[in-house]
Amino acid sequence: MTTSALRDLVTRHPGQPDKEPFLEVVDLRVHFPTDDGLVKSVDGLSFALDRGRTLGIVGESGSGKSVTSLAIMGLHTRPASEQKRPGAQLSGEIYLEGDELLGKTPEYVRGLRGKRMAMIFQDPLSAMNPYYTVGHQIIEAYRIHNPVNKKVARQHAIDMLGRVGIPEPSRRVDAYPHQFSGGMRQRAMIAMALSCDPELLIADEPTTALDVTVQAQILDLIRDLQSEFNSAVVLITHDLGVVAELADDVLVMYAGRAVEYGSADLLFNRPAHPYTWGLLGSIPRFDRTQTERLLAIQGTPPSLINVPPGCPFHPRCDYATRNEGRSEEVRPELTPVEPGHTVACHLSQTDREEIWQQEIVPKL
Amino acid sequence: MTAPAPEPTAADAEPDSDLIIVDGLIKHFPIRAGILRRQVGAVQAVDGLNFAVRRRETFSIVGESGCGKSTTARLLTRLLEPTAGKITFEGRDITHLKDTQLRPLRRDMQMIFQDPYSSLNPRHPVGKIVGAPFRIQGVSPPGGIKKAVQDLLAAVGLNPEHYNRYPHEFSGGQRQRIGIARTLALRPRLIIADEPVSALDVSIQAQILNLLEDLQEEFDLTYVIIAHDLSVVRYVSDRVAVMYLGKIVELADADALYSAPMHPYTVALMSAVPVADTRRRKDRERILLSGDVPSPINPPPACRFHTRCWKAQEICRTQEPPLAELVSGHHVACHFPENLPTEAASAPAR
Repeated sequence: MTTSALRDLVTRHPGQPDKEPFLEVVDLRVHFPTDDGLVKSVDGLSFALDRGRTLGIVGESGSGKSVTSLAIMGLHTRPASEQKRPGAQLSGEIYLEGDELLGKTPEYVRGLRGKRMAMIFQDPLSAMNPYYTVGHQIIEAYRIHNPVNKKVARQHAIDMLGRVGIPEPSRRVDAYPHQFSGGMRQRAMIAMALSCDPELLIADEPTTALDVTVQAQILDLIRDLQSEFNSAVVLITHDLGVVAELADDVLVMYAGRAVEYGSADLLFNRPAHPYTWGLLGSIPRFDRTQTERLLAIQGTPPSLINVPPGCPFHPRCDYATRNEGRSEEVRPELTPVEPGHTVACHLSQTDREEIWQQEIVPKL
Repeated sequence: MTAPAPEPTAADAEPDSDLIIVDGLIKHFPIRAGILRRQVGAVQAVDGLNFAVRRRETFSIVGESGCGKSTTARLLTRLLEPTAGKITFEGRDITHLKDTQLRPLRRDMQMIFQDPYSSLNPRHPVGKIVGAPFRIQGVSPPGGIKKAVQDLLAAVGLNPEHYNRYPHEFSGGQRQRIGIARTLALRPRLIIADEPVSALDVSIQAQILNLLEDLQEEFDLTYVIIAHDLSVVRYVSDRVAVMYLGKIVELADADALYSAPMHPYTVALMSAVPVADTRRRKDRERILLSGDVPSPINPPPACRFHTRCWKAQEICRTQEPPLAELVSGHHVACHFPENLPTEAASAPAR
């Protein structure tokens, strides 16, 4: 399939096919050469995101979600020619408001970070510099993008810390990261990411390390700031609860590929891929008593060096046998099942609906 | 009594069917400073717990980081010695047993750890890891250690032929199974699991939860599970204790606790859990707690939750609410509990 056809099929919003999306990723591939072979962390991923919307990327460890976010931010080391250590091999296209980023120089992309796009990392302790105060790190980024003196920038840092709910921000601005508690550190990290009002915010597992009450505070904060700045948010997480809470659209990744992509409502209420069924069936219900056993997915995620041929999920799929061998041989492409909902699976529409209604729904 | 009880019904009939009883359990870690290393304070990690775990039930302890739940697990297994209070296991006081006296106890009481990467020795093959309890305790199982280990591997869903493989050859979920096989080796009565699935991916998490359930049936196990994931806790538990800053604030049957939580902290905790259901996004009422958990070095006086509680009144700052049974089987430590049934509400609150 040609790149442009892929773009039309996969990434455009069904309602407005001519509008250029704010962020568009087309056929992204990120491969890492290693001694054991080529690790295909991301292998042909496409999606689009508009301003003011939140895309949740869900998947288990090694599905390629974080590698995707680093590729968008331009944070992968470049291939061998530039340095001794072999870096990532990237191909595909990433458009930020029509501006293709993968072909640009690292210096150009660095200029975009902070103001055009920013990232919240999972572990704020390792994402912050322990040598500098929290305030210093916010001020530094702010002054790169805004021609203001130190005093103004400092006041801005204090305001941001206050906005994210850090008590006594004018005192805390001079504290070092280790003097903050986990929840406060994550909030400081968010203040840092949001200090230049980024148009694109990538949040990579922003609440995984936090307790639920703090998590609720942070999710509220992301939601408020998004509505204020009309940012586009990419939310990367393995927690389906967080996704259901925050995302407008959801992309489910498995072995470096998208297996299902659609609006959050469709994906949670009429999921179409057996892997998504498995994920939903694996989490115990919080809101009611469950007497049925959990619908666990058998086996373990595949090695990214030897991704199974055909559908990468087929060795773990209970329904692969229904597809007369195609699951083992042909890699399924994302195909529409209904408006605003695509799935990469060989099951026929009738089989899919029958399995969903008769086997999955009663067990959820 | 080292063999598994052959007649579970007989044990059920006993009036005293509590396996482990905790009475006024306290653990303070001293903070020392200065040249003389004088004690200047204490981290009051666990501060007065009372509960009993019944035979063959799953008793969970939930709470946020720093609430003392892991310290409690280590006290129960006597990896730590309590500062005060009493732990009775199978009718025997184990509070201050010495190391040599503890060893036989370990046969009956085992632990599953959170991190399947750091809890297995990377230099030992699986056979040696799972067989270690037999060697340490000097137990010779019928048919030999190798046979016993292979049976254990099969019981937890691993291939018995992987006897000679090393931990790095297994995935996280498989390693957790290895840890569980080792735990089961001596046929313990009580298994204490500290965050047994939180390090695993969701699909693997479900496999392990199903396995723990099967093993409980098969080996007549009693579980004490320490966890922070409230969905997991609801699924596995018979009874749940909620901890806040070293104290139990609520203890009840899982169903009662989740359908009608009574302590404001529990209510806030439950409301904060994100549910994987987009239809519930709009009609959810969420209680946001302000600020962080106070320091256990200097916890707030009286009710420890009063600094963050929206219902707090003067009495909460001056008088500590006891953990009282307000509804049958439902214990709450609060002056102004939520979800009180009407007849109980008209009666005096304590």
